[in-house]
Amino acid sequence: MKTAIKLQKIYQWLDERVDLKKFQDLAAHKTVPQHKHTIWYYLGGMTLFLFVVQVVTGILLLLYYRPSAEQAFESVQFIMTEVTFGWLVRSIHSWSANLMIFTLFLHMFSVFFMKAYRKPRELTWVSGVFLFFLALGFGFSGYLLPWNQLAYSATKVGTEIAGAVPLVGDFILKFLRGGTEVSGATLTRFYGFHVAVLPMIATAVLLLHLFLVQKQGMSRPLELKSANPAPADIPFFPNFFLRDVLGWTLALGVLVALASIFPWELGEKADPLAPAPAGIKPEWYFLFMFQTLKFLPAKILFFEGEILGILFFTVLFGILIFVPFLDKKANLGISSRPLLVVGWCIVAFIILMTLWGVLL
Amino acid sequence: MKLKKMNFFVGLGLIIFLTLYLNLKSVWSKDTCIECHLLLDEKNVAIVENFKKDIHFLRGISCNGCHGGDASLGMDDPFASMDSQKGFVGTPDHFKIPAFCGKCHSDIEYMRKFNPKLRVDQHQLYKTSMHGKLLAGGDKNVATCISCHGSHGILPISDPNSPVFDLNVPKTCAKCHADASHMKNYKIPTDQFEKYSQSVHGMILLKNRDRSAPACNDCHGNHGAIPPGLGDIASACGECHSSNRELFNESPHKQIFKEAGLPECVTCHDHHLVAKTSDEMLGVGEKSVCMQCHTEPESEPYKVAFQIKANLDSLKNSIRQAQLLIEKAEKAGIDVGKAKFELNLAKDDVIKIQSLIHSVSLAKVTEVTQEGISKATFVKQSGQRALMDLKMRRIGLGGSAVIILILAFGLYLKIREVDARSKRVK
Repeated sequence: MKTAIKLQKIYQWLDERVDLKKFQDLAAHKTVPQHKHTIWYYLGGMTLFLFVVQVVTGILLLLYYRPSAEQAFESVQFIMTEVTFGWLVRSIHSWSANLMIFTLFLHMFSVFFMKAYRKPRELTWVSGVFLFFLALGFGFSGYLLPWNQLAYSATKVGTEIAGAVPLVGDFILKFLRGGTEVSGATLTRFYGFHVAVLPMIATAVLLLHLFLVQKQGMSRPLELKSANPAPADIPFFPNFFLRDVLGWTLALGVLVALASIFPWELGEKADPLAPAPAGIKPEWYFLFMFQTLKFLPAKILFFEGEILGILFFTVLFGILIFVPFLDKKANLGISSRPLLVVGWCIVAFIILMTLWGVLL
Repeated sequence: MKLKKMNFFVGLGLIIFLTLYLNLKSVWSKDTCIECHLLLDEKNVAIVENFKKDIHFLRGISCNGCHGGDASLGMDDPFASMDSQKGFVGTPDHFKIPAFCGKCHSDIEYMRKFNPKLRVDQHQLYKTSMHGKLLAGGDKNVATCISCHGSHGILPISDPNSPVFDLNVPKTCAKCHADASHMKNYKIPTDQFEKYSQSVHGMILLKNRDRSAPACNDCHGNHGAIPPGLGDIASACGECHSSNRELFNESPHKQIFKEAGLPECVTCHDHHLVAKTSDEMLGVGEKSVCMQCHTEPESEPYKVAFQIKANLDSLKNSIRQAQLLIEKAEKAGIDVGKAKFELNLAKDDVIKIQSLIHSVSLAKVTEVTQEGISKATFVKQSGQRALMDLKMRRIGLGGSAVIILILAFGLYLKIREVDARSKRVK
């Protein structure tokens, strides 16, 4: 009883200063549409949870990681073998990174197919696409940090692809590598991107994304024409939030199990003079692009196949940002069939190319 | 006007004709040996064709560079060009071949023009070789320069098609040395090539095509080819196996072998049939080479042989156990990089012991064995720790799974409760 009185006093003290009532009202009135597609609403929260896991485990790894070509591999090895629970932290960081990008893909495509980007949520979509690009940047930069042979070769190939872009390719290659070759200079700048530049930008964009989500509430699929909120909707707090927490708890369990049963391998230390390992592949989320570039013939008409491929993906990503502005029908409450077909084709293409890359 | 024009063309024609004629004449006058011999029988044509690939020809030395004569007289008078007055020597006599080649190859000033690094002592060395001595004694059967290098198609030794290219040397020597009829007067065996092919050296050179393995000339010398004498064997083998030679030279075996007239390395390893060594050659077992001499169980050497093998076996056993443990841990996903590095050091100690055996010093072997065992023990402990860690991880995983499931179930109950409350409110 005494504790309750004390808590009440603390609440009052805070309420007088930061107007807690306002937040409470916001939470009390926020609802989540309840329909057959509600399951997809959890993916944003799940991605956010995995991002938080990344931040926490990333900070823990920072305590021991040393960003230099001489010490990076050894420091990760030290984390894996000597630091108490170091293996768990690093493995969770790696697994969570991959799962985060996976849920991010799902989240993005679910939003796409439910047309949740339509007015007034265009900016939410744009900020989300930027978060997707940032996540890919996190993946690419983080992959090199253990400084093992596989990461070294993959970064070499990855930066080479970026270097093939017409006009600016050479600049991008040198900017990414910090020179003409993948070296210690590349490692330190990837480290800089991974722990300072990208987190700073990602936090800002994420806050904007979350603010917009809160401001505009959850979108309803086009087929649900009912009033907002509909009688079937459930309160966000605590009903939906508790479901979120349940999902996060289970995700944490999955992460711990994956990290314990399949700890993330470290491999051999990078040797710039050693030949690239056979069958070198990038991380799975880049595989569909890598496989496409591999599949393209050397020459398509008068153009180099690889350059056309790179241009194709650049244009595709550009279009991705502007989807809400291109799909004018969605604002009128009409589902555009051609866009739907294109969307499913892209999903099928990504899945097939990734599977092809993994299996071959 | 017309006449002037005609004069101009006649003049031009004359100039062209004269230029062509003089040019062709100079070409013919350069090497008429080739021109003429190409018109002779098949044998001559083959010689000329072969010679076009010859290193001498490619470096600008033509027929008369070796055979003398005046090639410029050429087609006009073939016999005048092959006049002994003009230095023509024709086909040299078998006994004169070394001097024939040595005429240039022993001339440092001349050879320097082609390759300043090239040796010029081949002829001198040849004279000291068994081949050279027999030739000087009037034996027409022995090898001279052309027997190994060929003639009229001589390739640089770096050319893989050259008969004296590293990989081809054994077969080139075997041409004569494996030919029983050719060797019947010398009373030496003819199975060297067969044995060499089965030896560790032969397998590496001929089968793996690894040029770092020794061919005949690496032990016997090439131009000064002679079988190493009893006392020279350790030197011959020691050229490559230098550490083993030093250890052997310091060992009591050195003096004893010398006194007994035993051919050092060959006593245990054989020569042409030198086999890949194995630890079975040690100790007191059936295949032990120590048992060739030390058969008395009560003798000190017998005990040393037994103990050395026992030491080696115990180290190998420790390494095997340690390896099994860390492999198990590695398969379970635990990083054992450090332990593997230490294990490699212990494996190096095995190699060290296998070399130290040549000193037959039990003290030295024991010292390295103990060092190796302590490294293997460290690896074993690391492996045990890693497996214990694995066990703890599994227990931890089980524990955390239970906690997480309880928490999830609690949340599920709470969700049901708040949902029910929400429905009541509605």
